[in-house]
Amino acid sequence: VCNGVIIIFLTKILFEQCLFSPLQEKEELIEEWQPEPLVPPVSKDHPALNYNLVSGPPSHIITVNGKECINFASFNFLGLLDNEKVKSAAQASLKKYGVGTCGPRGFYGTFDVHLELEERLAKFMRTEEAIIYSYGFATIASAIPAYSKRGDIVFVDEAACFAIQKGLQASRSNIKLFKHNDMADLERLLKEQEIEDQKNPRKARVTRRFIVVEGLYMNTGDICPLPELIKLKYKYKVRIFLEESLSFGVLGEHGRGITEHFGINIDDIDLISANMENSLASIGGFCCGRSFIIDHQRLSGQGYCFSASLPPLLAAAAIEALNIMEDNPGIFQTLRAKCERIHKALQGISGLKVVGESFSPALHLQLEESHGSRENDVNLLKRVVDYCMSSGIALTQARYLEKEEKCLPPPSIRVVVTVEQTEQELDRAASLLKEAAQSVLN
Amino acid sequence: INHIVHNGGLYKRPFNEAFEETPMLVAVLTYVGYGVLTLFGYLRDFMRQWKIEKCQNATEREEQKDFVPLYQDFENFYNRNLYMRIRDSWNRPICSVPGAKVDMMERVSHDYNWTFTYTGRVIKGIINMGSYNYLGFAQKEGTCQEAAAKVLSQYGAGVCSTRQEMGNLDKHEELEKLVARFLGVESAMAYGMGFATNSMNIPALVGKGCLILSDELNHASLVLGARLSGATIRIFKHNNMQSLEKLLKDAIVHGQPRTRRPWKKILILVEGIYSMEGSIVRLPEVIALKKKYKSYLYLDEAHSIGALGPNGRGVVDYFGLNPEDVDVMMGTFTKSFGAAGGYIGGKKELIDYLRTYSHSAVYATSMSPPVVEQIITSMKCIMGEDGTTVGKARVQQLAENTRYFRRRLKEMGFIIYGNEDSPVVPLMLYMPAKIGAFGREMLKRNIGVVVVGFPATPIIESRARFCLSAAHTKEMLDTALKEVDEVGDLLQLKYSRHRLVPLLDRPFDETTYEETED
Repeated sequence: VCNGVIIIFLTKILFEQCLFSPLQEKEELIEEWQPEPLVPPVSKDHPALNYNLVSGPPSHIITVNGKECINFASFNFLGLLDNEKVKSAAQASLKKYGVGTCGPRGFYGTFDVHLELEERLAKFMRTEEAIIYSYGFATIASAIPAYSKRGDIVFVDEAACFAIQKGLQASRSNIKLFKHNDMADLERLLKEQEIEDQKNPRKARVTRRFIVVEGLYMNTGDICPLPELIKLKYKYKVRIFLEESLSFGVLGEHGRGITEHFGINIDDIDLISANMENSLASIGGFCCGRSFIIDHQRLSGQGYCFSASLPPLLAAAAIEALNIMEDNPGIFQTLRAKCERIHKALQGISGLKVVGESFSPALHLQLEESHGSRENDVNLLKRVVDYCMSSGIALTQARYLEKEEKCLPPPSIRVVVTVEQTEQELDRAASLLKEAAQSVLN
Repeated sequence: INHIVHNGGLYKRPFNEAFEETPMLVAVLTYVGYGVLTLFGYLRDFMRQWKIEKCQNATEREEQKDFVPLYQDFENFYNRNLYMRIRDSWNRPICSVPGAKVDMMERVSHDYNWTFTYTGRVIKGIINMGSYNYLGFAQKEGTCQEAAAKVLSQYGAGVCSTRQEMGNLDKHEELEKLVARFLGVESAMAYGMGFATNSMNIPALVGKGCLILSDELNHASLVLGARLSGATIRIFKHNNMQSLEKLLKDAIVHGQPRTRRPWKKILILVEGIYSMEGSIVRLPEVIALKKKYKSYLYLDEAHSIGALGPNGRGVVDYFGLNPEDVDVMMGTFTKSFGAAGGYIGGKKELIDYLRTYSHSAVYATSMSPPVVEQIITSMKCIMGEDGTTVGKARVQQLAENTRYFRRRLKEMGFIIYGNEDSPVVPLMLYMPAKIGAFGREMLKRNIGVVVVGFPATPIIESRARFCLSAAHTKEMLDTALKEVDEVGDLLQLKYSRHRLVPLLDRPFDETTYEETED
């Protein structure tokens, strides 16, 4: 056997010698090769290139491109961005700790504020443990690859946000997409998988299975049918990862998210991940669940181990925001009432349809029918947005990376409701949108 | 080991880098140590399985016991049996600003590190040799903190929107212009997290059909970004220019595997300072190679920005090169600027492209305003634009501290890896028991150090890593050196045999950095 190996090795080397071009040819090849430019040129009027410039704080009254408007575009659901208590808590932390943490959590980057925030989040969500990340996008994108590896199977909704898609790509698992909120489609996929398992039971015993869904979907504004998912979980033995960035601090009697909304036992969900950049008006994200699951991320979550920890002033701001949420459970009801109001007021605009649940604070306004190409649609919506901005309502189009998304949503205007908006402002926004749609689309 | 003569005078100053070989006896003993630990690990697992010993780690829910197990037993073997024993060396909680001296919360474990309890006492005044505070900007008072406080009261802490939607504040634009000026490039863009800067922008720059040549010891964020991009990845030996040149030649001559089509583009990924080795990239040679083979260079200056160079402008400044030669200059604000976040600098076309197509600009929240203000103030201080010479003094202080500390440690007889000028100083420990012992002994003497073992380093090369700071005074360094000397004698860490033979004037081959006499 050894001789055979040596012979094969020698013939391989000889073979390659024959194929080797002489030195001069190599030099010529190197001279001739022309790479593509590092980046292709971007046209000056690409819609995504010219950002809106916000001067001053992005609070309820916002100064965009020099004009003062009412903010209907920032995800400041509970109005905590310019809350004085939050700011003074952050100031106190700044005076004590400075700004940065100068290290990852493992190397002197763990501050007592981080530990306090993790404890408070775990207590608020009524789970055993919570873990904090310093960047909202990195939270779910690091959590999924920590559990799901090559060979595992993940069933994910089509309308999942980009962070989830990147997490799935990093995990190298088999991804199976099911139609948005279609439990029958999911069940069909699960049944197919079951049949596969029966063919190869040894492999099935080590293949982990996960379902990844969002509480309130960012791309469509609707809610996932969690009770049915729990039934499917126990029937087909699949674990559930729930992404609650939009529903944390919005749904439920006390703002605990979709599990409180549906009255489900929180232990039934294996992992809840959310970012603190929407309702909590801070930066970063967290995952919560049982210690058995969360503790694993402390050594395998890439965004946790290899990155600096969250600046303490942002952690202190988040703790104070949690305090406010716990002390005033009435704001969630107020927020939902305002959402219902604007949802009703925006019905019946000619040319635009409202996409999203009536209690979702982040709605989409899509064109009822497409006007040819996506580019045309985007330009039309841009004119609507510009009309509204010039009259004092700040709106924005929902931005996507068109070539990278798995299922690209249609172009839309994002309308965000916050508790700080008064009823007159909501009505004014609705009527302005009606006017804009009339003038631009007809 | 002077390289002035090599490579036609590309280097304007001596490039002294050394990685002393592991002594044979120490290597053998280390393997034996790991072997013993593994045996005991199997024994303990066996006892836990048969309920002789109580199982203390968290377990699956009763209702989900028939699900496919979430973790494989083997994956966690290292975690349960080796890491748990010395777990108290990491995740040490502190409760003050992470400056030159830090206060740590005392924690004890009554069950061999499975759980910790805080006694409530605070250990004050620990000399901090673990935080990445190179220029000492982690301060709780001073101009930076005051400016950040003002911006915090005006703008608030969060932003709640992405850059492309409603999150682009005037502060962000001010920061980006300043960063571009600092680096000497046309334009720059800033992001909220250094890790995410790499993992979200490399996929935007290269895709299928491109080739990435990445250093062996690149950081996890670069590796993740390269994998997510879908390009082919080839690894060259750490800081080894022959290996890189061979890969470049082969790539251009042979083209893509199987189809033999030419590559669309070639991107070389290197770091300024490698944080586990303390080595500095051979930038003049890399740039010469890049120009010869028409490839693009992505330089990750996470640790070197602010810490190297006479003006603190990073590794490009250190070698006296032109910043326009580096196609993509990336760095982070966490280390030398005392804030958080990352940036990419380069030509205007590159940055315009990233503004449109970077994942972070479209989907991730923009940076928090007080953090941005901290970066602006500290950067102006380093550049000298705030009217004082504090920045320049700090840069010089760091360089002096680095040289002094490294020289003293080498004289004592420790094996120190890396370049003479790098403020990251790895001190070799090798044996697994010494990892825990070193950390604990140094803490007893009021010095906080970072120890690293597998899997961040190769299995026998565990080390302690000191991060020097401009905030360290000579007294602090002397105290630390005295304690390190004591602990080194106690644990017998002075392995160095000082047998570094300078290389003769000939090009070195791929396998050796230097030769030792035996």
